[in-house]
Amino acid sequence: MKRILVSIKRVVDYNVRVRVKPDHTGVMTDGVKMSMNPFDEIALEEALRLKEQGFAEEVLVVSIGTADCQQQLRTALAMGADRAIHIQTDADIEPLTAAKVLLTLIDREQPMLAILGKQAIDDDCNQTGQMLAALWDRPQATFASKVEISGDTARVTREVDAGLETLEIDLPAVITTDLRLNEPRYVKLPDIMKAKKKPLDILELTSLGISINTQLKSVLFEPPAQRIKGVMLKNPQELVDALRRKGLV
Amino acid sequence: MNKILIVAEHNGSQLNPSTAKCVTCARGIPDASITVVVFASDPIEVAKAAATITGVSQVLTVTHLAHAHPIAALIAPQLATLAKEFTHIFGPSTTFGKDLMPRTAALLNAPQLSDIMLVESATRFKRPIYAGNAITTVEVAAEIQLVATVRTASFEAAPSNHNSAPIESVNSTASLPSHTRFIGTSAARNGRPDLQTAARVISGGRALGSAENFNILYSLADQLGAAIGASRAAVDAGYAPSDMQVGQTGKIISPELYMAFGISGAIQHLTGIKDARTIVAINKDADAPIFEIADFGLVGDLFQIIPELKLLLKTAQ
Ligand SMILES: Cc1cc2nc3c(=O)[nH]c(=O)nc-3n(C[C@H](O)[C@H](O)[C@H](O)COP(=O)(O)OP(=O)(O)OC[C@H]3O[C@@H](n4cnc5c(N)ncnc54)[C@H](O)[C@@H]3O)c2cc1C
Repeated sequence: MKRILVSIKRVVDYNVRVRVKPDHTGVMTDGVKMSMNPFDEIALEEALRLKEQGFAEEVLVVSIGTADCQQQLRTALAMGADRAIHIQTDADIEPLTAAKVLLTLIDREQPMLAILGKQAIDDDCNQTGQMLAALWDRPQATFASKVEISGDTARVTREVDAGLETLEIDLPAVITTDLRLNEPRYVKLPDIMKAKKKPLDILELTSLGISINTQLKSVLFEPPAQRIKGVMLKNPQELVDALRRKGLV
Repeated sequence: MNKILIVAEHNGSQLNPSTAKCVTCARGIPDASITVVVFASDPIEVAKAAATITGVSQVLTVTHLAHAHPIAALIAPQLATLAKEFTHIFGPSTTFGKDLMPRTAALLNAPQLSDIMLVESATRFKRPIYAGNAITTVEVAAEIQLVATVRTASFEAAPSNHNSAPIESVNSTASLPSHTRFIGTSAARNGRPDLQTAARVISGGRALGSAENFNILYSLADQLGAAIGASRAAVDAGYAPSDMQVGQTGKIISPELYMAFGISGAIQHLTGIKDARTIVAINKDADAPIFEIADFGLVGDLFQIIPELKLLLKTAQ
């Protein structure tokens, strides 16, 4: 079966202004709204569109984390994914470990494509897709803003610093999504009901035989240096004068 | 003794300033020797430039026609082979480095630290998380080989000097995969300064309303010799190309002067400009969050203010 694998991370919602805990041991996440990582939502939307266009038959979503991740997997199923796998763990998972976990699922499920968000908006790492592609020994097309499949290849337009770059890659491959790839659909109420009946398998991370020792330890969390609010000026003349005094124009 | 390998970023003929910023970051690690490696189809000019960066003790070149354009899947296996004897492998936190470094790290079975903003020791670093809303200090065990990207806005470029480090060509034995092929690029360079290195940046948001209206920003930018940036809303709406996006998921910049016109100041945007020396905000809403971080704020309609600024700047020159 032609299958697309999409990974989903549960993160603090992008509208939440995250604050550091007073004791500097982390950020405050108690009672904070959690959502699907926005880039993963775009990844899922792309997979669903490819399926709707007839390039794939099944969209499989995977999430690694605590039992709460199942909420985001249910949302993904409501959006239109066919099947979900929850890899259960309470440990903090580094990108390299996440990539190893995804690889074991790839070995099992043999997807033609794995689509991941380019970064998660909590740790902002931007690593997992590239690491997965390396371990899988397959092509990667990161920061995608356009994906066109024809036969066993894909043409991917990438958002790079200099502009747009187009790569042709052989499938199977890993694609990571940028913001402008698509606009994710809204979930409709009947779909939420239907999603409850879709299969969601749970696997213990420890059953996969992957070691999860953290190699990078976050030992301290601090708020960023704050910029101080400056002065409000009355008119363009005052602005030009102020800039001139600082030698900026 | 720390041995640091830095991957040079370049466009085939010129070294990108991000490389010299990585060198500054690496120089923060005590007791270190710094090697720069250049992957290119014709690396000589780029290698010569890298060899003069203060702090660089050796430059390696890997020549292959396939390196005319940097493709992570082709460079990573060779970089991983070369990296074996190094303690730290650094690349810039640009789209080039973000694409390449994690692929290399996985081949080395090494963890990656993204976006180093401060070096405390060879094994202790600071990096931003949550769109810069928190800074975390990360420790890595000394015996672990570390791959990292360097947040270029946090470091000045190391200066060039007259001495030149030795340049050595290394043969690449890795067989390059054929599964990834470069098709083309469309770069919207227009003679303006590069957004990531410009001293002055003029940025526009959703308020501009159209690609045509962006022209008034261009003309102000040209008058000031500034580069142009944009908010995500402006890019999404098609007013500006994607390579102009500033912010968490666009470019992180640190110009001397940043002027934001009609940008509300969403946290994702502010992440990209926090290191600017002076921030100016022009917005018709006196309560716009961008004013909270602006050094100079002006409340008003940008379509009236820009022509006035242009006139005032002209008479001033
Ligand atoms: C995962 C994720 C990543 C994101 N990454 C980025 C990123 O990298 N960069 C980024 O910029 N955003 C990013 N965003 C989007 C961000 O949240 C905001 O939506 C965006 O920055 C808003 O752009 P804006 O300020 O141009 O538009 P708006 O928020 O709509 O602001 C327009 C402003 O213009 C003012 N205005 C209107 N007319 C005039 C006038 N005539 N004169 C003067 N002022 C006027 C208004 O008062 C308003 O303040 C991201 C969002 C998400 C979810």
